[in-house]
Amino acid sequence: MMRADLELIHRWIPQGAHILDLACGDGTLLEALARDKGVSGYGLEIDPEGITACIGKGVSVIEQNLDEGLVNFEDDTYDLVVMTQALQALRRPDRMLDEMLRVANECIITFPNFAYWRHRVHLGIRGYMPVSKSLPHAWYDTPNIHLSTFNDFEHLCREKDLVITDRAVGIRDHEGHWTSRWRPNLFGEIAIFRISRRQD
Amino acid sequence: MPEFPCDSVGLVAPQTAHFDDPLALACGKTLPAYDLVYETYGTLNAEGTNAVLICHALSGHHHAAGYHAADEHKPGWWDAHIGPGKSIDTNRFFVVSLNNLGGCHGSTGPVSENPDTGRQWGPDFPMVTVGDWVHSQARLADRLGIERFAAVIGGSLGGMQALQWALTYPERIANAVVIAATPKLSAQNIAFNEVARQAIRSDPDFHNGWYDEHGTVPRRGLKLARMVGHITYLSEDAMGSKFGRDLRSEDLNFGYDVEFQVESYLRHQGDTFSSSFDANTYLLMTKALDYFDPAAVHGGVLARAVAPAECPFLVVSFTSDWRFPPSRSRELANALIRAGKSVSYVNIDSPHGHDAFLLPEPRYQSVFGAFMSRAARELGLEEHA
Repeated sequence: MMRADLELIHRWIPQGAHILDLACGDGTLLEALARDKGVSGYGLEIDPEGITACIGKGVSVIEQNLDEGLVNFEDDTYDLVVMTQALQALRRPDRMLDEMLRVANECIITFPNFAYWRHRVHLGIRGYMPVSKSLPHAWYDTPNIHLSTFNDFEHLCREKDLVITDRAVGIRDHEGHWTSRWRPNLFGEIAIFRISRRQD
Repeated sequence: MPEFPCDSVGLVAPQTAHFDDPLALACGKTLPAYDLVYETYGTLNAEGTNAVLICHALSGHHHAAGYHAADEHKPGWWDAHIGPGKSIDTNRFFVVSLNNLGGCHGSTGPVSENPDTGRQWGPDFPMVTVGDWVHSQARLADRLGIERFAAVIGGSLGGMQALQWALTYPERIANAVVIAATPKLSAQNIAFNEVARQAIRSDPDFHNGWYDEHGTVPRRGLKLARMVGHITYLSEDAMGSKFGRDLRSEDLNFGYDVEFQVESYLRHQGDTFSSSFDANTYLLMTKALDYFDPAAVHGGVLARAVAPAECPFLVVSFTSDWRFPPSRSRELANALIRAGKSVSYVNIDSPHGHDAFLLPEPRYQSVFGAFMSRAARELGLEEHA
């Protein structure tokens, strides 16, 4: 069983695509995509266990810190770049977005939605930094230094004049249940965006 | 029965393969006939699909694992990674490890007899390149009934051979493991090699390479060459933590005898080496390093040079290696990425400098083991104890 956001991404990625998976973890997504859809490409990761797991699966993985950008990848050389649950841990998420859309025309990004109602309850009513399944760390040891909301990200995309081709939110506990209609900023725990450069 | 560790290949013995078909070398000369000394560990399966080739580094040889005698205490140079249950699991793989041409451990080299003259080859032994070695290794594979290696593996200069294999014989290599290597030497790397060569060549006992006929050994030159080389194999931190400024005796003696422990260590390393290694071989090996540059004939574009490769690569570097630092391995990995090849790159945290590739380290072993297990799985190799 794949993580819910990975399952949706799996559906979205076209047959035979050449992709990059930033913060690819143990390579689950790339392995499934290679097997089911003939997708090729590389995963980038810094976690040693994740890297070893990738290698064991036969997933091509490069040990690389995303904060250093994607300088070793040339412009427009991939069909798509995926980044799941890492945007919020980057030093400059906005610059990474530029980098992703430099090497590919399209990218898929997932991140925890800080405006999810449970998070709001934590902060707005109880007065504590939210701790949840999607944000499991305490405030002092969290790698998540740039938390944002569904609305925030949409705003950034508008500012950068990017095209949002698809977006959805999901709840951790309800795997496979994705919606984009009803108050996503309030009821979505995980946000997922599919964006591309504006073609002129 | 001798008692060896249970994860050791145990007692091993070298073999010699003689070749009568002349080998044309990159330098333009031809070796009319030659011997290659090698060892094997594990069992070649009936299909001949489980063979792994180990390529050695500058001062290496064929004795990579196990013991030559029951009372031997020191196993082969890569015993940490070759054996039952180790990264290169001899329950699965049939391991071939040879001494390269030009070597001084039994394969044809400067200490062998030149058939044209009846005397030692000495300095007349032709320059050999990484490419020449790979051709000679392919002939050894033919001899052993190995059509395609499950993996070709090497560290440092050995890693360059693994890379060259993937480019020269893409159909004969299923996986390449390139550890602590570089796609070409830097000016600084060549400079260090040149200091080593000059140390040897300027030794009065060198006699332009004809020391054997003069009944001498350029021991001082070799010792110096090894001392300077050894500095580049260790990291500053490793040297610092091993020796610091520790003195051999309590007081300074205001002389040039050994005072600091690091001096004692280097002298010891140099002495041991100079009594066991051939000076002409050392010169040849350093030149093979200097000449290696597969991108040169492709306008310096490495991504173009690696185009023929078909196999998955594992590229490994070590954080404290300043001889072939992580940036050089990344250069190779990036060229492979650019060429769209299957490659994984790992940078292992280690304080041991370049020498880290020889040592056991948990993360290094798990990455290496994972790559080899996946290779075995894909090739459908069974475990046989």
